[in-house]
Amino acid sequence: MLEQPRPLTTFDSGAPFLGTLLPLELRHLSLETGGRRLIDRIDLKLEDRGITVVLGPNGAGKSLLLRLVHGLLEPTEGAILWGNAPMDDEVRRRQAMVFQKPVLLRRTAAANITYALGLRGVPRSERASRALRALELAGLRHHAFAPARVLSGGEQQRLCLARALSLDPEVLLLDEPTASLDPASTLAIERLLIGAKHSGIKVIVVTHDVGQARRLAQDVIFLHHGRLIEHQPAGRFFEQPESDTARAFMAGGLVL
Amino acid sequence: MLDFSQAFDAAVRQIVTLDPQLLEIIALSLKVTLTAVAVATLIGLAVGGVLAVYRFPGRSAVAAMLNALMGLPPVVAGLMVYLLLSNAGPLGVLQLLYTPQAMIIAQVTLVTPIVAALTRQTCEDLLEEYRDQLRSLGASSAEMVTTLLWDGRYRLVTVVLAGFGRAIAEVGAVMIVGGNIDHVTRTMTTAIALETSKGNIALALALGMILLAIALAVNVALMGIRRLANHFAYA
Repeated sequence: MLEQPRPLTTFDSGAPFLGTLLPLELRHLSLETGGRRLIDRIDLKLEDRGITVVLGPNGAGKSLLLRLVHGLLEPTEGAILWGNAPMDDEVRRRQAMVFQKPVLLRRTAAANITYALGLRGVPRSERASRALRALELAGLRHHAFAPARVLSGGEQQRLCLARALSLDPEVLLLDEPTASLDPASTLAIERLLIGAKHSGIKVIVVTHDVGQARRLAQDVIFLHHGRLIEHQPAGRFFEQPESDTARAFMAGGLVL
Repeated sequence: MLDFSQAFDAAVRQIVTLDPQLLEIIALSLKVTLTAVAVATLIGLAVGGVLAVYRFPGRSAVAAMLNALMGLPPVVAGLMVYLLLSNAGPLGVLQLLYTPQAMIIAQVTLVTPIVAALTRQTCEDLLEEYRDQLRSLGASSAEMVTTLLWDGRYRLVTVVLAGFGRAIAEVGAVMIVGGNIDHVTRTMTTAIALETSKGNIALALALGMILLAIALAVNVALMGIRRLANHFAYA
């Protein structure tokens, strides 16, 4: 699979991008459960748009970090600031998240999107056309009225991403979106992410796939054992990682 | 068993000729049970959905109580409603004892915990799967309840059918609060009990066959709904 993902036409939001959720700042962020420190005092500042890849071996705390910054988990210690404001429901409504395992309602593909638009207060008259546009973008227009849960795994994940994009988020968070997908579906997802980047959406994607990180990242956050090991621009990270663990991880070694 | 075959013939004849006495009893039974199930469904879906989503003190106690009440013996439900509606009871002034309304109340008492407990279970299972996604999309607790009830619709229809099956077949509650009064509160089950003891096996048999047919129809419906739900992957 040598083909590089190309950007698609960007998603036409109609609304200007305000960018006020950036920078994302993590201050001494920790998460403990049952006496175990799963996220360990992470300090981090993300200022630029584009795609940030959170990389690291399984169990590094990548998914937990994503849930923390989206406000789905409460940190034990430390603070999360989006555009200098603390995380709250209002901030979360300007974001969208795609989970590793597609979560789809027991409705048609289109209804999954119109439902989400309804929750975000989009007027009923606009929902159907926005849903169809999002499905079109994800190449799922022909499945609009199929029950969402009979779609293939790759189609389900594309539908989740289409639903997220239909909300015109300022920030898009993805937790291993292609972990269990075939290469064609992975490529389709990566193209959508690059399209999202070009329309000004801040994308943060968790992966343990080094190839995917190379294809997508502007900057890389490398986590290990709940600690931030490195945060570098992609070029520097892939050419000269500073840490031994990152070097070992990218060489395909087993990182303990 | 000449008597039995004669009774059987008479029973079939009553059904085929649409015997008015038989029809009256069936109509009253259906009226009472369908009304009770409708009321129990409204209450049970709301209670079950709220219990699944909202967190409040005493929540698990309520859930445990509902689970226990699922097995409430019909005669006990009847007794409770009897005490409530009897002249000395708190609702005695309404003069509802030995009316169809009393039977509806008794069956609502019986069916509501079943619908509520099974709805809670269904919604909790769904919420397990949906919670993070719904929170991410910005759903409020009330929106989560309506979402879960709608997405659980196939399973919830089977829950309601289970409640119907229990109510249509119970005898204890309607007997105690209805009194099995001819033309007023005589249902299929109470009539079977009475006619059998009177030796009028034909009517009892006819009603028994109708009840069996209803049970069969409910189960066929359940199977159909399950198959449909699986087909759409909505199960």
